[in-house]
Amino acid sequence: MKNSETRPPSAASDQPMIQMAGVHKWFGEFHVLKDINLTVRRAERVVVCGPSGSGKSTMIRCINRLEDHQGGRIVVDGVELTDNLKNIEQIRREVGMVFQQFNLFPHLTVLENLCLAPIWVRKTPRSEAESIAMKYLERVRIPEQAGKYPGQLSGGQQQRVAIARSLCMNPKIMLFDEPTSALDPEMIKEVLDVIVSLAEEGMTMVVVTHEMGFARTMADRMVFMDSGEIAEENTTREFFDQPRSERTRSFLNQILSH
Amino acid sequence: MDSRLPAAFPSILASPVTLIHWMRRNLFSSPLQIVLTLLALWIVYWSVLPFIRWALVEATWRGESRGDCVAEGACWVFIRARMGQFLYGFYPEPERWRVNVTFLLPGALGAPLFLPGFKRKLGLAALLLFVYPVVATLLLAGGIPGLPRVETSLWGGLTLTLVVAGVGIVASFPLGIVLALGRRSELPVIRALATAFIEFVRGVPLITILFMASVMLPMFLPAGVNFDKLLRALVGVTLFAAAYMAEVVRGGLQAIPGGQYEAAASLGLGYWKSMVLVVLPQALRVVIPGIVNTFIGLFKDTTLVLIVGLFDLLGIVQAATTDPNWLGYTKEGYVFAGFVFWIFCFGMSRYSVHLEGRFRVDDKENRGLVR
Amino acid sequence: MIWKDRRYRALLFQALALIGVIAFSVFLVHNALENLARRGIATGFDFLGSTAGFGIIMHLVDYTEASSYGRAFVVGLLNTLLVSAVGIVFSTLIGFSVGLARLSSNWLVARLAVAYVEIVRNVPLLLQLFFWYFATLIPLPTPRQSLGWGEAIFLNNRGLYVPAPIVEPGFAAVPWALIAALGGVVVLLRWNRRRFDATGRTLPVRSISAALLVGCPLAAFGIAGAPVTWQFPELRGFNFTGGCVVIPEFIALLLALSAYTAAFIAEIVRAGIQSVGPGQIDAAYSLGLKPAQTLRRIVIPQALRVIVPPLTSQYLNLTKNSSLAVAIAYPDLVSVFMGTVLNQTGQAVEVIAITMGVYLVISLGISLLMNRYNRRVALVER
Repeated sequence: MKNSETRPPSAASDQPMIQMAGVHKWFGEFHVLKDINLTVRRAERVVVCGPSGSGKSTMIRCINRLEDHQGGRIVVDGVELTDNLKNIEQIRREVGMVFQQFNLFPHLTVLENLCLAPIWVRKTPRSEAESIAMKYLERVRIPEQAGKYPGQLSGGQQQRVAIARSLCMNPKIMLFDEPTSALDPEMIKEVLDVIVSLAEEGMTMVVVTHEMGFARTMADRMVFMDSGEIAEENTTREFFDQPRSERTRSFLNQILSH
Repeated sequence: MDSRLPAAFPSILASPVTLIHWMRRNLFSSPLQIVLTLLALWIVYWSVLPFIRWALVEATWRGESRGDCVAEGACWVFIRARMGQFLYGFYPEPERWRVNVTFLLPGALGAPLFLPGFKRKLGLAALLLFVYPVVATLLLAGGIPGLPRVETSLWGGLTLTLVVAGVGIVASFPLGIVLALGRRSELPVIRALATAFIEFVRGVPLITILFMASVMLPMFLPAGVNFDKLLRALVGVTLFAAAYMAEVVRGGLQAIPGGQYEAAASLGLGYWKSMVLVVLPQALRVVIPGIVNTFIGLFKDTTLVLIVGLFDLLGIVQAATTDPNWLGYTKEGYVFAGFVFWIFCFGMSRYSVHLEGRFRVDDKENRGLVR
Repeated sequence: MIWKDRRYRALLFQALALIGVIAFSVFLVHNALENLARRGIATGFDFLGSTAGFGIIMHLVDYTEASSYGRAFVVGLLNTLLVSAVGIVFSTLIGFSVGLARLSSNWLVARLAVAYVEIVRNVPLLLQLFFWYFATLIPLPTPRQSLGWGEAIFLNNRGLYVPAPIVEPGFAAVPWALIAALGGVVVLLRWNRRRFDATGRTLPVRSISAALLVGCPLAAFGIAGAPVTWQFPELRGFNFTGGCVVIPEFIALLLALSAYTAAFIAEIVRAGIQSVGPGQIDAAYSLGLKPAQTLRRIVIPQALRVIVPPLTSQYLNLTKNSSLAVAIAYPDLVSVFMGTVLNQTGQAVEVIAITMGVYLVISLGISLLMNRYNRRVALVER
């Protein structure tokens, strides 16, 4: 698995996919995001880490407008995120999200879960949607589960279905909000393997995770958030070998000590 | 889709700017919302304002007789004049202190139960449960030296409502538990009998049960045995409430994982001991909201006894509105009665929410699951 | 020791219970028969054929004082079913609206909904019924001073008077047109579905269906020359004749039942919608679904599973609560049969048994249907 240091620099294009400039957010009185500045280029893999409550999830949820922001600008693939519904819908079609709790639709089969958005949002004919769905189910290595309901699958299988579901919409960017935090240990690897293979194909992704081993091998850049701010941002090698700030150092000590 | 209720009032009153900002977000955020807000304001204008004007602003509060009610609004003099009857029914005036004592006693005795630190809770509860009913019956009905007899036909108003509700609640609770245990029994005959009883009682209206108790009970007893009219109604109400209570308790029993039953059995506890010591305490706690809901329903259902000739609060108010001295004040009567019932029922539902919250916290602390 | 053996103890216990119940029943029946014989009251169901001898103010089928008790039973039963059915429709409409309003982001609308629910739920139904009847409908003006709309609709303390339609022969075309329209809608929906699956394009089927279902019968009506005449209520002397009258007892019972049950339905709807986790909505939005699509395809299907069982419970409650009619003399089953007929014949056991039997059949029937529905739509799990 190569990260950007060994890949030729021209692999990443010039126009940034995600631009967050001076973003602030409040939940009532609580200042949850403080002056966030982040740029993600095409085919770049960014991992966001940090203690609980640091605002990591809130930040990536702002990227597809599951949360709104009160200050600053967010531009995704050239489209600015405002209250304009058309912009929001356009962005959501291009950005896929995978959640910690999977959030599969329990009343639909796996196949129906995957076909739902292509049929009703992209107006794809059903037969075409189904063949796309089967293709991605094979990609995540569980094509035989197509007719089952989410309640009948294991956690790892459900999360892989969730990844396939987002991929069926052909997104340009994939967001992962702690994708393995709700999984039993023996199932974490199968999900991380899928995410790694996605990265190898050049998908732009932002991953919030605690899995540092995975981050080290896969990420181009590391972002460390603490108390709503970006405390440190660096290339992966420098982040792990020579962390600049004290907070980063103590966090890494805690995480990497076992 | 925002499924949370929007922010509450107090913090926004800090300044005019925040007030306007709040109004724009929560009342006028889109054309549809503007229409809805205007519609809601119109509803308030058309129904709430006239009611407040009638009930409070233009109402007459003081006076002795009908002639004092000259204003446009409600004539609360009617309520004040008949208050004694509304509260005590036809209970003789000199004996009314007995009613007061009867209903203040559980409040005074039971208050320590709500104090967290009190030690003798079980003893006090037993006292209330077993001794108090006897004392209350003696006080209300009399018949012993020093307390002249007051026939149940003289009981009425709020007194009667509380008697029916109280007896119903206290009696239907253990009966409901027994029925629920019976329905889940492994003995087929017991289960069949319990299920048949529960499904039968839940499938018919309370009125038919009351009629059955009033009309048929005398018929089923040997000649000469007479059944007090109030007692018949109490039997009907208790059996009815017990069936619904049984279903609520059954839900709680089903929620207890099988492992609990097994653990109790493997410790050597027999059926009854494991039920009383292990299963029921957990099951009942889980369904507290359901239990209180059943009580609230029972409290409201006590009004049906007026159909079989008893004069509960609603019955007395109903009768009072036909008094030739006070014709035309039906609205005042029903608003008053409605208010009294509302206070009791709303209070009980708030208490249930409070209990739910308290038990949930206790559980978390006990199991270390605070997240 | 035979009595220590668990199986024998269980059998013994059950045998004793059974014997106890049977002995108790025999005791009751014996007493009943004795008491009835002493008072000279007949037993058996022959009384259903005897002449009733009393009038009923509202009857959906023909009924006079010369009709039998059996007929009176049918009249009462139909009145119960009518007020229950209409009540179910009204309470559902009001309940769903209030439940959705409770979840609105509009502060005023949400608070009004909460106030409605908390007030109506905590006041006894009988009291609300009395309020509607004695405090609202009875004090309406007399027929001579009715509240009127146009010359067609009148409201007074005898009831709501509306024009009665009298159909002429040509009217038969209208129901046929409606059936044809229904058939057309079914075909349209099927064809559209197939087209959508194949190409992803769809027609506005809802508008077209609505237009068909309303337009075809209307067209048939027009073509047949409008074959309906209206008989308007007219004031003759002290009262109205002609037209259709909805008695105030029915109106009061309907209003009370609908408003009361709607408050409970509102809470059920609210709980059902809130039971769908916010994660489901997040996932739907992040896939690009619009709020309306999310509601229709993700939230409502899951919410309905939670809503339907308690909803049917409330429908049953409404049907049983309709028996409060006896308190305001609306001639429902309890009022007519368990009231008047029982008083006249004295055959309490038979009358009460029949009445309870009817309600039991309704309750158990609906419960069975509901259990079947639940099993079918249960979410599939491991």
